[in-house]
Amino acid sequence: MIKSADVVVIGGGSIGCATAYNLARLGFKNVVVLEKGYICRGSTGRCAAGIRQQWGTEMNCLISRYSIRHFEVMNESLEYDGDVEFRQNGYLMVSYSQKEAAMLKENLKLHEKLGIPVRFLSVDDVKEIVPVINTERIVASTICMEDGQANPFKVTDAYYRAAGRLGVKFYTYTEVTGFKKEGEKITAVVTDKGEIATSAVVNATGPYAKFISAMLGHDLPVEPERHQIVVTEPLDPFLRPLVMNFFHNSYCQQVLNGSVLAGYGNPDEPKGINYDCSWQFIKELAAKIVDQFPVMKEVNIVRQWSGHYGISPDGQPVLGTVPGVEGYYLALGCGKGFMLSPMIGELIAQCVAGQDTTLPIGILNVRRFKKGELIVEPAVV
Amino acid sequence: MSDKTIICRCEDLTVEEIREWISKGYHGLEEIKRASRIGMGACQGRTCRRHLIAELARANQKKPADIGLSTFRPPTKPLKFGAFTGVDQDD
Ligand SMILES: Cc1cc2nc3c(=O)[nH]c(=O)nc-3n(C[C@H](O)[C@H](O)[C@H](O)COP(=O)(O)OP(=O)(O)OC[C@H]3O[C@@H](n4cnc5c(N)ncnc54)[C@H](O)[C@@H]3O)c2cc1C
Repeated sequence: MIKSADVVVIGGGSIGCATAYNLARLGFKNVVVLEKGYICRGSTGRCAAGIRQQWGTEMNCLISRYSIRHFEVMNESLEYDGDVEFRQNGYLMVSYSQKEAAMLKENLKLHEKLGIPVRFLSVDDVKEIVPVINTERIVASTICMEDGQANPFKVTDAYYRAAGRLGVKFYTYTEVTGFKKEGEKITAVVTDKGEIATSAVVNATGPYAKFISAMLGHDLPVEPERHQIVVTEPLDPFLRPLVMNFFHNSYCQQVLNGSVLAGYGNPDEPKGINYDCSWQFIKELAAKIVDQFPVMKEVNIVRQWSGHYGISPDGQPVLGTVPGVEGYYLALGCGKGFMLSPMIGELIAQCVAGQDTTLPIGILNVRRFKKGELIVEPAVV
Repeated sequence: MSDKTIICRCEDLTVEEIREWISKGYHGLEEIKRASRIGMGACQGRTCRRHLIAELARANQKKPADIGLSTFRPPTKPLKFGAFTGVDQDD
């Protein structure tokens, strides 16, 4: 293994690969990525890969908006020899209650201010766009046709390959087990395969981030939370926008090969790493999905699996430097890290290089949790 | 097996295509599955897994037993959403 590096990125998911690529692009010659398994082993390889701008905080909206601009040209900009399968089929947000409708209205004001093309739909519009949807209880809905999906394996692969061409070294099956410090300064990363001397470390381990922080004596309030999901047999196209339902806390989307991905957030899910699948989940999900799309009753589920969100206290990403640990940077998307990865990669690379960042990431510094300056994201599922 | 033989019927992949993925550097079962979709279809690898393991073993010069297995996940066979609704809500 290499003896020293300018920057060590921990984590081979979408954010780690995007950050490494951007670091190399900014001129860092000796960038290393450490991944304890294989590329995409973490949440990135387990996510629904939906991409939306319809958030409720300005930073979530902006990072997503800028990321979409990257997704739109990704095959070319990363000179990918495949297709990252970015498709702008839209996101339809559905509410069954006045309270959720009020949240959608509030969010819409923000979207208008930021120039994000979101519009309110009548129930008739909804029926026209998604003929198979049960509109009985719909109170309000919004749609953004710039939102969509991409293939998480391909996006990560595109960054991985582009970074490799720029000289980034990837060590898979290499686990970070500790660090060496002098005072507050990081001097080396310790792995199960040896040590790498470095003064800059990017933590892009998604749901595992707090374990890395703990090795540095930093208490990070981002908790892993299991999210389960199912995929169906492939079907002819019938569900164009992804449908997110705030009453059911669920999403349902058809992807490029015709399969439908569906899942929901369980408010009682205990925190911690857990890759098990539960029967209860499929049962509850089935009720939620069949209520919304009665035709789904006849559709076969072929697989269920689980991954994790990293849950931050305000539902926003945690980005940038860490007070008290010099040379340590957090690159955490917190539950939406796939869709934000192109821009988080760019912002963190700028931050490590000491440049001005394209967006003001100071607001998303980890310090905010100590200071209690939280702007809570309302539109999570 | 000849190169054009279909190895994964669900995703319509030939032996040749799988060898190409291996030569691009996808050496593990989990990696090649994510890259090519082999084993991700309706049968969840029940038909192709054995052949894929043989290919990987050959390419990596390992014994098939050392290639490992990808995780088996529920349901064990495809099940309709409808099979989970309308059943006793409390059990
Ligand atoms: C069911 C589900 C659905 C989701 N749907 C969406 C969605 O629609 N849209 C969206 O944007 N997001 C979604 N997410 C969230 C998204 O998956 C994550 O936010 C995102 O993938 C995080 O990417 P990452 O690169 O930060 O982390 P990961 O992809 O988790 O990568 C972190 C990597 O770090 C490695 N690692 C951990 N510890 C160590 C160590 N000590 N040493 C070396 N390596 C280590 C891990 O092996 C892992 O590969 C979903 C998540 C789940 C589970």
